[in-house]
Amino acid sequence: MQLNRDELLRAYRDMCLIRQFEERVHAEFATGDIPGFVHLYAGEEASAVGVCMDLTERDTIASTHRGHGHCIAKGCDVDGMMAEIYGRKSGLCGGKGGSMHIADLDRGMLGANGIVGGGAPLACGAALSAKTLKTGAVAVAFGGDGASNQGTTAEAMNLASVWRLPVIFVLEDNGYAESTASAWSVGGDPVKRAEGFGIPATRVDGHDFFAVHEAAREAVARARAGEGPSFLHLKLARYFGHFEGDGMTYRAPDEVARLRAEKDCLKLFRRKVSEAGLLEGAALDAIEGEVATLIEGAVRRAKADAMPEPADLLTDVYVSY
Amino acid sequence: MAKKSFRQAVNEALSQEMARDPRVIVMGEDVAGGLGAPGEDDAWGGPLGVTKGLMKQFGRERVLDTPITESGFIGAAAGAALTGLRPVADLMFVDFMGVCFDQIFNQAAKFKYMFGGKARTPLVIRTMYGGGFRAASQHSQCLYPLFTHIPGLKVAIPSSPYEAKGLLIQAIRDDDPVIFFEHKMLYDIEEEVPDEPYTLPFGEANLTREGDDVTIVAFGRMVMLANEAADRLAGEGIACTVIDPRTTSPLDIETILEEVRATGRLVVVDEAHPRCNMATDISAQIAERAFEALRAPIRMVVPPHTPVPFSPALEDIYLPSVAKIVDAVRAVMAGGRKAA
Repeated sequence: MQLNRDELLRAYRDMCLIRQFEERVHAEFATGDIPGFVHLYAGEEASAVGVCMDLTERDTIASTHRGHGHCIAKGCDVDGMMAEIYGRKSGLCGGKGGSMHIADLDRGMLGANGIVGGGAPLACGAALSAKTLKTGAVAVAFGGDGASNQGTTAEAMNLASVWRLPVIFVLEDNGYAESTASAWSVGGDPVKRAEGFGIPATRVDGHDFFAVHEAAREAVARARAGEGPSFLHLKLARYFGHFEGDGMTYRAPDEVARLRAEKDCLKLFRRKVSEAGLLEGAALDAIEGEVATLIEGAVRRAKADAMPEPADLLTDVYVSY
Repeated sequence: MAKKSFRQAVNEALSQEMARDPRVIVMGEDVAGGLGAPGEDDAWGGPLGVTKGLMKQFGRERVLDTPITESGFIGAAAGAALTGLRPVADLMFVDFMGVCFDQIFNQAAKFKYMFGGKARTPLVIRTMYGGGFRAASQHSQCLYPLFTHIPGLKVAIPSSPYEAKGLLIQAIRDDDPVIFFEHKMLYDIEEEVPDEPYTLPFGEANLTREGDDVTIVAFGRMVMLANEAADRLAGEGIACTVIDPRTTSPLDIETILEEVRATGRLVVVDEAHPRCNMATDISAQIAERAFEALRAPIRMVVPPHTPVPFSPALEDIYLPSVAKIVDAVRAVMAGGRKAA
């Protein structure tokens, strides 16, 4: 256990923030106030927070369509995110991106991505920038089990290997690519795939923040030391559908309830820090309360904020016209 | 100033910009060549030698050979552009964009807009295009209309060595993603090219011939053919204006409108596949905005709607030619009816 009290509190806060953000978006989406569609990250918090724990603002991440958790873990402003999801001008992307394209380049968040597998080559590019400009930064490519079967993922891993890029590939295997089980769709073993490219690879219990953080810490250190890419295969679970409105008829009837009861990453975190005497329940409860206030404020502000102006339609296509 | 080939002009632009700005890198398949192999280093300098010598001048850290992995390295170039570098990626033949188009049109093209204006993506993708090389269906297409179709991309199509250097330097200094088209049949064309760096602005057409009777718009290598046709027609007493738009995105439609209003007759020469190409786009815009000025139906000199054939006997009749342009001009002069 290498994290100090403040770091543990920050980890729990970020995980709670993601969970409550997603639970709230789930509820608000059902009212019909949120346009379009959203893919929720609830259940996978230990991955985003564990991986981003040792990253700085200089480091970059390329995210996925299920990107809210990555955004929060990388430090994106929650008000700006919520406003973006509501399509408001005050959103992080001025209402032009929405849930699937939230980005904050100042925080090293290179964007959620509407294309499955789209992010891995971009992360290689960010790592190439870091290597060429000698900034010492590292890049992380998040992708799901669906993305693991895309050619871009394989191409990015090969490129990272031959260029020895400071990049970490994080496979968030939540068991389903849309409605299709990864048990069926992923041929062979993702860890062996990565090893086949000469990339050090580990399988980790993605419900366990501490296991994720430990593996990520090693991978980040390897990248910073100029020793090239790493690959993490995190086994975890999402609590909601592929998108909101997905009836999840492809899952076992009691599957999510069982996961919430037995595998929940927040409960596991609480148990571990309590048993080790690192954090007391009152401190954790206080965080949950603070986070609830934050989320309440974010939703209230987002709903009240102005929509983009018609003139905004035509701006931001080019830097220069 | 000296005579330089189109190939030398591109090489000189890259070399001068790399010397000026350490953030400029060149990457692609065999841009140097010979990496990891027992023979000569910098063995190729690109398949047609366009980037030859850059690696020796700037080192392997800034002239990066890639595996054959277009989605991988074009995406990496986009990611690098987003994070501080100014990559010039070499997509060898534009036909290969079929394997990496997502990284171009869903990623690089859209960062700026999707992210609410905060992103800059100073990416250049250089690519060879065009027929006449006997390279058949998968190495001869033009495809610039596909890129022109995508908001967020800029598209440059130089028609000469002078334009190649000025437009490429502009592309490298530009903060938006630019697809830079080099016709493989133009590489050995020579003309006077200034030694010092210079830029040519995007979205400003160049008039290579001026005349009162017919306006001809042509792109890339077709400009050369249009000039030749105009010179031949001048002997018949038909005076043509030839417009080289230089970029299709942005497109200088105002200059085209102005010239068509003056001549009342338009011929568009486009080597790209004929459906939804630049010829149809320009024709539609002119029909919408200057219909009253037209004295004859617009003529499009374009290939048939087929893949590019291999056999010289077929490719020669597939491509637009000086003779076809001359015929089209005569037809519009005859009020739209075919000339006798």
